[in-house]
Amino acid sequence: MSSPLRREDVAHVARLARLTLSDAELDMFTEQLGQVLEHANDMASLDLEGVVATAHPFGLINVVRDDVVRPSLERDVVLAMAPDSQDHRFAVPRIMGESP
Amino acid sequence: MTLRNGWEMVVGLEVHTELKTATKMFCGCANSFGSEPNTSVCPVCLGLPGSLPVLNERAIELAMAIGMALHSTIAPSTFHRKNYFYPDMPKDFQISQYDLPINLGGYLDLPDGSRVSIERAHLEEDTGKSTHLGGSGRIHGADRSLVDYNRSGVPLVEIVSGPDIRSSAQARAYVVELRGILIATGASDGRMEEGSLRIDANVSVRQADAPFGTRCEIKNLNSLRSLQRAIDYEAARQVDLIEEGGTVRQETRHWDENVGATSTMRTKEEAEDYRYFREPDLVDLAPDQSWQDRVRAQLPPMPAERRSTLRARISEPVPTVLDAVEVVIDLGLDPFVHAALDRGVEPALALARAANELAGDLDGTSRLAAAAFCDTLLMEQRGELSATQAKTVLAELLARGGDPRDIAALMGYEQLSSDSLGSTVAGLIEEFPDEWTRYRDGDEKLAQFFIGQVMKVTKGQANGKAVVAELRARR
Repeated sequence: MSSPLRREDVAHVARLARLTLSDAELDMFTEQLGQVLEHANDMASLDLEGVVATAHPFGLINVVRDDVVRPSLERDVVLAMAPDSQDHRFAVPRIMGESP
Repeated sequence: MTLRNGWEMVVGLEVHTELKTATKMFCGCANSFGSEPNTSVCPVCLGLPGSLPVLNERAIELAMAIGMALHSTIAPSTFHRKNYFYPDMPKDFQISQYDLPINLGGYLDLPDGSRVSIERAHLEEDTGKSTHLGGSGRIHGADRSLVDYNRSGVPLVEIVSGPDIRSSAQARAYVVELRGILIATGASDGRMEEGSLRIDANVSVRQADAPFGTRCEIKNLNSLRSLQRAIDYEAARQVDLIEEGGTVRQETRHWDENVGATSTMRTKEEAEDYRYFREPDLVDLAPDQSWQDRVRAQLPPMPAERRSTLRARISEPVPTVLDAVEVVIDLGLDPFVHAALDRGVEPALALARAANELAGDLDGTSRLAAAAFCDTLLMEQRGELSATQAKTVLAELLARGGDPRDIAALMGYEQLSSDSLGSTVAGLIEEFPDEWTRYRDGDEKLAQFFIGQVMKVTKGQANGKAVVAELRARR
């Protein structure tokens, strides 16, 4: 059994997701996410010896498409969705770190 | 470069190569370098809500071909989401293979006889391209960033070597050999200057046979020169640090080509937590034996095999010729050389023209028929064209294609037919009877005198070897 979810775990995950949570929200989500994890932990009590791991509900594999070009979107349509644009590119606030 | 005081460097490389597919990894947008910004984008590669990715069959086959060339096992594999916030990835995650890559294990043998193990070669998608405005041009301090998503979703294979490399020269040789394989499989054009290959280097140092030291990862080395310099710099930095009583921190470092130094980008403590999880919109990839066999059947010979095939046809393996072999194999020009050898062109000439003239205009080789290359070299070998003229004819063939005889005629090179060379030599023999007698009596130095005279008369358009042949024939 894994240890119950701690408040700082929730704060860490929220930070990774760039979410700002109030103290009340942190308490609430620690409680709620803890219940989700507890439910997942129920699996550990089952006898799964010999059960093949399932990663997808469908038995499909190797779903592919041919390498054939299809029309892209019109650039004007694309850039109209951007908060701002310059030189036919999406303009975003200055980037603080480097790309991972 | 050798490190001082018994220190040894330990290097592993991660090579990212863009795949030469017609379309992107998960959508039908064209995979084209250098198009107008944001003209090759759609809901899938822009990460718009409701869009669904579908795997590109060709990308999978190219990834398998790379794996087969590296003696990897083609394994059942899955795709994950690597989550991070950065504007070059509009979905806020990158789809990448994670714990189950398509290619597992393998090795690459280098021309010097050393072997570098391969840990994995997996599929992932490329990111968009950011341009940073304002500030110094470095990312820190830029006022605004502009993003072009044409590259977002272009298929990539990342090839991860084992920590088996022990010098920057070996690292370079590994990348060159790997590049040859990527070109041979058709996976990549191998153009580092266009970003087709991007390399991260993991560098640590240790005393011989000691356990591995703490490593630093140098990101985004985009040329062979940067690769070698960055590795040498980083290994020396770590030795200095340790010998001064410090310890190496595990961190990601940035190489500045202008300064010639690496600097900290982020430390292990700041390392991102990517929260990998299975990409729910994609099913597993498990190429069966018949699919693998089809891909394997189409694999062309790899550089190592082509190198030995070509070397076997060279009777005089002098260093300049062997260097030319390396260039020719590296750039995939050996079919031209084999065609020329089949037609009776001297190996040294065929290799020199391929390694210099053809290598100088790789794009042009698509316009150059092998027969035209052979004809030009035979004309040069027979003395109908001087070396300079042959190079000019080749340059024209590479630029516009055509028939070498027509080009030579258009450029007025026809006067160099063996008939006219013969009459020129005959005229000079009459003009310089004393020199001719001395030459006929065995003074080989006089051959140079006659070559000089022929060049003067023909304004440099004659072929020295052909002149000597003509002189010998008359002796």
